[in-house]
Amino acid sequence: MNAQDTIAAIATGASDAGIGIIRISGEHAFEAASKLFRTPGGRSDISNFAPNTIHFGYILENGEVIDEVLLTVMKAPHSYTTEDTVEINTHGGVYVMNRVLELVLRCGVRLAEPGEFTKRAFLGGRIDLSRAEAVMDLISSQSEFARKTAVAQLEGAISARVRALREKILYEIAFIESALDDPENFSLDGYPEKLKATCEALLAEMNELILASRRGQTLKRGIRTVIAGKPNAGKSSLLNRLVGRERAIVTEIAGTTRDLLEETARIGNVQLCITDTAGIHETSDRIEQIGIDRAVRALHEAELVLFVADSSEELTEEDRLVVRKIAQTAEGRSEADRIRCIAIRNKSDLGEKVSEQDMIRLFESEGLKAEHISCSMTTGEGLDSLESTISELFRLGEILERNEVFLANARQTQAMCEAAEAVSLTLESIDQGLSEDFYSIDLMNAYRSLGTIIGEAVEDDLVEEIFSNFCLGK
Amino acid sequence: MSEKKAYELKTDVCVIGAGHAGCEAALACARLGLETVIFTMNVESIAMMPCNPHIGGSSKGHLVREIDALGGEMGKNIDKTFIQSKMLNVSKGPAVHSLRTQADKAAYSREMRKVLESQEHLTIRQAEVTEILTGTDDQEGRPCVTGVRIHTGTVYCCRAVIICTGTYLNARCLVGESITETGPSGMQRSTYLTDSLNGLGIPLRRFKTGTPARMDGRSLDYSKMQIQEGDREVIPFSYSTDPRDVQIEQVPCYLTYTNEETHEIIRENIDRSPIYAGIIEGTGPRYCPSIEDKVVKFAEKTRHQVFIEPEGRDTNEVYVDGMSSSMPDDVQWRMYRTVPGLENCVIVKNAYAIEYDCINANLLRLTLETRAVDGLFCAGQFNGSSGYEEAAAQGLIAGINAAMKILGKEPLILHRSEAYIGVLIDDLVTKNNREPYRMMTSRAEYRLLLRQDNADLRLRRYGYRVGLITQEQYDHVCEKERLINEEICRLKSIRIGAARENQEYLKSVGSAELSTAATLAALLCRPELDYEKLAGLDPDRPDLPKEVTSQVEISIKYEGYIERQQKQVEQFEKLENKKIPPNINYDDVGSLRLEARQKLKEFLPISIGQASRLSGVTPADISVLLIYLEKNRV
Repeated sequence: MNAQDTIAAIATGASDAGIGIIRISGEHAFEAASKLFRTPGGRSDISNFAPNTIHFGYILENGEVIDEVLLTVMKAPHSYTTEDTVEINTHGGVYVMNRVLELVLRCGVRLAEPGEFTKRAFLGGRIDLSRAEAVMDLISSQSEFARKTAVAQLEGAISARVRALREKILYEIAFIESALDDPENFSLDGYPEKLKATCEALLAEMNELILASRRGQTLKRGIRTVIAGKPNAGKSSLLNRLVGRERAIVTEIAGTTRDLLEETARIGNVQLCITDTAGIHETSDRIEQIGIDRAVRALHEAELVLFVADSSEELTEEDRLVVRKIAQTAEGRSEADRIRCIAIRNKSDLGEKVSEQDMIRLFESEGLKAEHISCSMTTGEGLDSLESTISELFRLGEILERNEVFLANARQTQAMCEAAEAVSLTLESIDQGLSEDFYSIDLMNAYRSLGTIIGEAVEDDLVEEIFSNFCLGK
Repeated sequence: MSEKKAYELKTDVCVIGAGHAGCEAALACARLGLETVIFTMNVESIAMMPCNPHIGGSSKGHLVREIDALGGEMGKNIDKTFIQSKMLNVSKGPAVHSLRTQADKAAYSREMRKVLESQEHLTIRQAEVTEILTGTDDQEGRPCVTGVRIHTGTVYCCRAVIICTGTYLNARCLVGESITETGPSGMQRSTYLTDSLNGLGIPLRRFKTGTPARMDGRSLDYSKMQIQEGDREVIPFSYSTDPRDVQIEQVPCYLTYTNEETHEIIRENIDRSPIYAGIIEGTGPRYCPSIEDKVVKFAEKTRHQVFIEPEGRDTNEVYVDGMSSSMPDDVQWRMYRTVPGLENCVIVKNAYAIEYDCINANLLRLTLETRAVDGLFCAGQFNGSSGYEEAAAQGLIAGINAAMKILGKEPLILHRSEAYIGVLIDDLVTKNNREPYRMMTSRAEYRLLLRQDNADLRLRRYGYRVGLITQEQYDHVCEKERLINEEICRLKSIRIGAARENQEYLKSVGSAELSTAATLAALLCRPELDYEKLAGLDPDRPDLPKEVTSQVEISIKYEGYIERQQKQVEQFEKLENKKIPPNINYDDVGSLRLEARQKLKEFLPISIGQASRLSGVTPADISVLLIYLEKNRV
């Protein structure tokens, strides 16, 4: 509990609105946001921005644009929390919003506790007592709720794995500490090499968990699904059919969908998190090109691709271009990340000029496998078979029954990242030839971070471990 | 009480017990100008070391340094009376270097007695204190100390009492089936104080500890053991000791091992051990296990270390470290004689277990004053700790705080981020300890900052503030700090180019050549280089004492780690500095969970930080508390 940390959270409800605000508040809010944000003019010196101003720009990760955002700058004490505050308006959908939050949390910012912005608003004298007391009730009820849900989520494999990691780490710390406490009784000769192997194994396992968790969280939110196809093949109509609402602007002019739209749909037991992409094709329109680049990026993260072709016309080079893009993004993926494709021959009501064989050939020529169906978005004919194919694909368990354990939320993932970071630091210290007492400092930090995942404080674990495992003599 | 008015004497402070805690407490009070009486069951047992013959050791050495930095006596006294000295863990990082000395027990006791006897405002009185006398505070109506009564009925009126009864209160010693009602080493025990404290609403509990046998050194065959010598260059404990004065002729210790035969004898007779037979009711320490505990709990180990340590220069008696026991006499003889070199050993004093009454330190404030009675302070083994150094540290703090209270000054509470003493007292007062508490480096979260080499830089200013450190001593440490900072800046600003002669020099001291210019500080970070070795690249360096350059070296070499810990400390301190007013009514704080409310009422933490360390108080409770405090801020 550090009341003065810089904190961040999604300030709008995590709805399917596709637009959300991430609020960062505290002493280091500007500094953290500066690490991620660039204006088109290349400015990122947020602390020099005028108070109460809004700026257009990009959120970058390793130089790559994650999202276009509007950034609001408020300086203490003129903000809700009375602290320096940055609000990032994202509009890349729920997935992107979470991704941005994760990036923020890697900049020395911690996730806000429930009600913490309001708590700070009160502590800063911004809101009155009656409101604060309402929040106080909220805090206790929410943390109770949070505790219950956390426990429920953790009553499974994940807590067992985190515990196992902690136990291994604690054993090593206890050994080091025993040796430091009683140097005449315990020798540390050759220990660094042994610890190095242990740490490498720990780190590998932690990284695997982090990866799996990112996947698992998405799975819970929905399978990352991309609808792809050449312009005007009927992608937006498919989205609207799946979601059951008119969402994407559908016209007969190719290139109508320039932005990425994200929607959630439930097909049988499976939740889909669908991105409708601008049609992938060669274009000289700069703005359209941005949309296409994004579509390609969405494909890179996709787990399921719904390829839509207009079967009332012969297959064209444009169709092949799209399939090639899919094939390119499918390349080099691990088995766990394998992309699944469903090839949809749309406009079946307008006569079939493309046969299933044509489609199979198209996909095979790019080295891809796909399920094939034919349907009409206009009449709805054949949509049942799309639904059943998706259900089947995923009931067959390529993703859902992958049986992976994963951390439930961004906070837990962040804690795991911190733990992994601490283990890396230990490895660094071993390589630099520092002495054993330094290792245990970092290992203790790893142990603490892991503890926050399963809600266990450190208390006197270490001392207990030392006494139960090592015989201190003097 | 008798009708006749008791004979009355007046003083400021009464210290009960003249062990390591009592001596520091009494000296602190007297040195701060308060009339102080120190009571002891027997004047011959002042600063007695009834168990092991060492002072210091891992983390305990840190405590001694801190005691010295604050103006205590232990470091000075051991510098006068040690017979062997060793810096432990020198191959490890500076945070875990720790000084350990073998003491000449008789000399230690004698020298400390001299210090007490020559201290102005301090009186020694051989007597058993039988009763703590209390009255009612004029302003708040709370019970407060008014004096003590001794066994003769005489009353000493005073304003503060410091209880340092160690292991003497209702003590009994056990050697197998034989039980004697004595304090340590056959000293007379004290008995009355338990009832008096219970009467004041202060319950006591029972702890146990043990000690190994003492043997006649002439009966041992040292040729079968490994000799253990002290360091060639001895570093003193005290900042006031001239290092030249401690380069004395040292006495060796010897190392030998138990074996399966030893363990077999113990296993065969385990039902005769008072602990395993259930005769001992007190809780014993796990870090200092008896040999029977080691054999039972670590059955897979085929041998355990045994150190033979002299009890002093002028005695044949040796201490058999690593084999404390409460086995019956006949088993002791047989098991000791299985150890190589001890085949013909002659026991002078049996190993024994001792049980005693002590307080649960959860009943104390961080000042070591009881919450039940104003002006009643407790320190040392009576608080459920173990070890001479832990006792002395508490004695010093209790003494200082008793004095501060009488003088109407701010108490001294050291944070966990400032001193091992802070960790020690916070752990004792805040945590749930079920056995005698021993200091360990692993208990200190910020140990990289709490090194034995920088105790003066950390704590002199507190010693100066309370009045135990002189202006001159304080000025010295301020100047040292200035020189350190200046030199660090200098090393960070001077760049060494990749010129030929520099490269040659680096090669000559076994370091890699420079690819581009680097600062002296960057070079110092190389593991193979140190401050001395950089001299060849740094001809214009100022002439600085070793105590400065070694601090400079540590600060630069471990800068990354130190900075990380400093950041953690900053976070920690924010909560420590959020004070909870003493008059808070937790029933008024809505939304607190019941368990948290009970804990908070019971412990009355002084800060949000302390509250957050109580078991049963969750982060949500802390949020609620924070909001409540803000709301009620005047």
